[in-house]
Amino acid sequence: MLTELILTITIFLPLAGVAVLFFFKSENALAIKLTGFVATLVTFFASLGLYFQFDPAASGFQFQQRVMWIEGLNISYFVGIDGMSLLLIILTTFLTPLALLGTWNSIHHRIKEYTMMILLLEVGMTGVFASLDLFLFYMFWEAMLIPMYFIIGIWGGPERVYAAIKFFLFTLFGSLLMLVAILALGYYASMSAGGQFTTNLLDLYAVAPRMAIGLQTWMFLAFALSFAIKVPLFPLHTWLPDAHVEAPTAGSVILAGVLLKMGTYGLIRFCLPLFPDAAFKFTPLFSVLAVIGIIYGALVAMVQTDIKKLVAYSSVSHLGFVVLGTFAMTEEGIQGAIIQMINHGLSTGALFLVVGMIYDRAHTRLISDFGGVAKVMPVFATFFMIMTLSSIGLPGLNGFVGEFLVLIGSFKSKFLGSYAYAAVAASGVILAAVYMLWMYQRVMLGPVREGGLYGGHRLLDLSPREIAALVPIVLFIVWIGVYPSTFLGKSATVAKQVVQTMESAREGGQVRFANSQDRP
Amino acid sequence: MTIVSYAPFIVLFPLIGFLFLGLLGARIKNEKLLGVIGSGTIGLSFAVAVAIFLHMLGLDPEQRKEIVELFPWISTFTGTSSSVSVNIAYQVDQLSILMTLIVTGVGFLIHVYSIGYMHGDPGFWRFFAYLNLFIFAMLNLVLADNFLLMFLGWEGVGLCSYLLIGFWYERKFDVGGYAPGTSTTNDAAKKAFVVNRIGDFGFLLGMFLIFVQFGSLSFETVFGRASVLSVGENTMIWITLLLFIGATGKSAQIPLFIWLPDAMAGPTPVSALIHAATMVTAGVYMVARCSVLFALAPGTMQVVAVIGALTAIVAATIGLVQNDIKKVLAYSTVSQLGYMFLAMGVAAFTAGIFHLMTHAFFKALLFLGSGAVIHAMHHEQDIQRMGGLKKYLPTTYRTFVIGAIAIAGIPPFAGFFSKDEILWKAFSSEYGSALLWFVGALGAGVTAFYMFRLVNLTFHGASRFGHELHPHEAPKAMTVPLIILAVLSIVGGFAGVPESLGGGNAMEHWLAPVFAPAMDKLMSAPHHNLFAEFSLMLLSVGIAVAGIYGARVVYMKRTELAEMWKQKYGVLHRILWNKYYIDEVYDKTIVSSVVTLSEKLLWKGVDVILIDGAVNGTAKLVGWCSQRVRRMQTGVAQQYATVFVGGIVVLMIWLILK
Repeated sequence: MLTELILTITIFLPLAGVAVLFFFKSENALAIKLTGFVATLVTFFASLGLYFQFDPAASGFQFQQRVMWIEGLNISYFVGIDGMSLLLIILTTFLTPLALLGTWNSIHHRIKEYTMMILLLEVGMTGVFASLDLFLFYMFWEAMLIPMYFIIGIWGGPERVYAAIKFFLFTLFGSLLMLVAILALGYYASMSAGGQFTTNLLDLYAVAPRMAIGLQTWMFLAFALSFAIKVPLFPLHTWLPDAHVEAPTAGSVILAGVLLKMGTYGLIRFCLPLFPDAAFKFTPLFSVLAVIGIIYGALVAMVQTDIKKLVAYSSVSHLGFVVLGTFAMTEEGIQGAIIQMINHGLSTGALFLVVGMIYDRAHTRLISDFGGVAKVMPVFATFFMIMTLSSIGLPGLNGFVGEFLVLIGSFKSKFLGSYAYAAVAASGVILAAVYMLWMYQRVMLGPVREGGLYGGHRLLDLSPREIAALVPIVLFIVWIGVYPSTFLGKSATVAKQVVQTMESAREGGQVRFANSQDRP
Repeated sequence: MTIVSYAPFIVLFPLIGFLFLGLLGARIKNEKLLGVIGSGTIGLSFAVAVAIFLHMLGLDPEQRKEIVELFPWISTFTGTSSSVSVNIAYQVDQLSILMTLIVTGVGFLIHVYSIGYMHGDPGFWRFFAYLNLFIFAMLNLVLADNFLLMFLGWEGVGLCSYLLIGFWYERKFDVGGYAPGTSTTNDAAKKAFVVNRIGDFGFLLGMFLIFVQFGSLSFETVFGRASVLSVGENTMIWITLLLFIGATGKSAQIPLFIWLPDAMAGPTPVSALIHAATMVTAGVYMVARCSVLFALAPGTMQVVAVIGALTAIVAATIGLVQNDIKKVLAYSTVSQLGYMFLAMGVAAFTAGIFHLMTHAFFKALLFLGSGAVIHAMHHEQDIQRMGGLKKYLPTTYRTFVIGAIAIAGIPPFAGFFSKDEILWKAFSSEYGSALLWFVGALGAGVTAFYMFRLVNLTFHGASRFGHELHPHEAPKAMTVPLIILAVLSIVGGFAGVPESLGGGNAMEHWLAPVFAPAMDKLMSAPHHNLFAEFSLMLLSVGIAVAGIYGARVVYMKRTELAEMWKQKYGVLHRILWNKYYIDEVYDKTIVSSVVTLSEKLLWKGVDVILIDGAVNGTAKLVGWCSQRVRRMQTGVAQQYATVFVGGIVVLMIWLILK
């Protein structure tokens, strides 16, 4: 009984925190913060229950729970997870308490509402990764948009309103198309085999790939556009730097750490297996855009003057690897894409935390306002260095595992059919070293500012609380780098299934195309 | 289970040292303790390596290779046989144990030396932590049983190099490609890392191609499958060329050698250990390790030989005019690495590794000697402001001269045997030619000249420094390693005395099984012509002696000559002094254009104007339309009626015309 419910409990546990928060007065900041932190921490432990009871060898979705929701439309509350969603859910529940802990004193007004928003956001994110019903997925997808909009719009920087609206409109534009596609898909299901409208993902997996290529193309595009905006894939990425720069630190951590992964998750979960023929058709386009994103993001990151913007553009580059690995459709590519999602969540999440910590002290993020910080904050310098190295994909740390698998997977991929993708993408490793080390140098090294003042403030090294927020991330950065089988072992089955699905679809597809050519 | 299964401990000790020093070092104020821990871990590794080596000596040559697997590293974990699957596993064989002995042995001496050299530095603990981390990475590089783990070591040593070049990161340091006075040691560190990454890009692609071609990344499988291929396939040329690009980065060959001279910004023990004796030889080791792949690609072999020879002469000529004691040694290192690649390119793999070993001895010695000089001169590095140090630093002087004789190639010092073997093979091998020999021999003469220019300007003649300086000999912790390395620089060459000189060439026999698959691919066995070998040997010794004598004349007897030539051949001098302007060319053509392109075109052009312009433009357009449409809602009923009637009229006209 508990094993059935444990997933649902994990998803909705943060709501208990929200409920408790209603009882506190707004002035009671400490109690509010503690409630938020404890609620997210308990959620993390609940998700560990999922981790330990998960059977990595089993195929299909585990911890399934299905309750009929809208009878007439055959829509149900249907959740369940496989290895990929397990890892992403744990990433979510892991990062959220750390984001709160790391930014304990960064928010000064409306703390109660802020904490509620973070908790609601967590419900939305976990729900997205657990949904096995497209309609439910869409509900969570939209639900998580709203707290994020408020987090940027209320607690953000000077240009927060512009950034929040830009974020909202970009995302909403995509997701409305997705809603249409979901409804059309349900309708298509009712036309074909079962004869009943359905948004049940497992049923659609069986039905959708049989669609004619024309219909598939439209459906694929509607889904993929929505996901591509979220990733963000070049050239749909311009909302990201603005959103990041304006968002408060915890918002940036979650935005980069988890929200962006929904796009790449969606591509693997929905776009490939539901519309394989269309996916083949668009493989060249998406792969080219991914590779452009890798190089473009890196080049633009290089010339940024704001640290946060630099990290934001580096996300465009890193997420390009995930998309490339996805469309390589090899076991290496998919495994690499999945682990790279986790890696990016950890290292970029941590980078935003670190940038937030220095911003809280100096109230500036301009690279030119710093220099010599390593002398003043040696502990901070060490953490920042580790995050930097993780971000540039140093072997032995997490980033390398993902990048290597993606690159070798796309190099050998017969779906991509050319070495060029991997070759160009690999040059991103040179650029990553350039922009990250250059930034590190200008901020951390060189002579100390006159009087040791930065933005008019004296910098104190990290507090035990801040160290406590960073140490767990560093541990995982090293763990994944040295012994990734703990994580890759969990997602191996799903990666294998995706590749098998795509390969058999390609064989089937070729037969079908051959037949259609035979007809006059 | 033999003692070989303890090989992972060789790698483990320095890691423990790094973690201990890194986490707790800041709290330990006792320099002695830090130094003992830092050097002790390397000493332990060396001891294990020696034990394994002695064990291997007692085995049949065919049984000396053993692989120790630890745990799975990067894999898809799907169980599919065609998918990538790489272990953390170490391969102990004749080549890797030799490299391990060099790395831990020379490494240990340099650690001990550092206790004296870094005395009083506030970053003492950090220095030893980084050095331990470096040895850890370097041992992974040489002991790895697969390309990916080798790459881990490869990047790891690059990181340590970065951290240690920029160790004194607040210090000013003139880096090539920057205007004088505008750069710091960290710019040098960053340059080293980035240039290396360009090479690593080649390594990565080579590795991918190997995986696609052979379905594995483990040396055992790849080389096994390669040994049945026939010579001259295009894929092999691509694979080896890409790997060689990696090697040119790490081992500072044309066109990527520009980072090494600037790497001298690091503390001198770092220059000795990383930028002379061990890390920079990683590229040579990699080519030797992949010898069978290179033997399958004659085209690449030619490229390797030519690049090696070219680098040897180009770097040597730059070394002729430099005045920074460490820069001279740095260019000399680049040049000597060129000889090693020349050896690889003419399939003289043993000779190349032999020279790698002797070079590790005498170059570490020379660098540590220069450190003792710099130490005594209170961080003065300009040899124009030295002179006459012989009487102040007797031990340093004697050992330094031994190193200089060894690198110049005077028998029976170590450098003679290894360099001569390379030159002979450059002449006699299937891939060799008289031209390659000539370039190599000429370079040897130049080497002898600039080395003794360095010796003469530093130690001989009148002192050219102020009287407030009272140079004194370095402490024991520094001189003892100098003496040990000096002994090795004298006797190290006896490991490979050629048969033509009545030697047993132990080196050749020891390494033969490792290179056997590659030698099988060569068309012809190297021909033996004792007469030619002897005459060339005499000739090259003659050239070296001439170089030494020339330096004696120019810098001791007729000191006005140097200044006169500088005036007479001003253009040539300027070209050499500015290192053929290679840094400037790279900066103007590549670096600036990439930065400008990124900032002006991509960010402020594409992102801000094009994409955001389109997005915001759409928003504005919608807003503009709404403004216009809004005006229609005037609330005046007559206007609505008018529009209504107008509409009907238009509709009727349309219906009629239809």
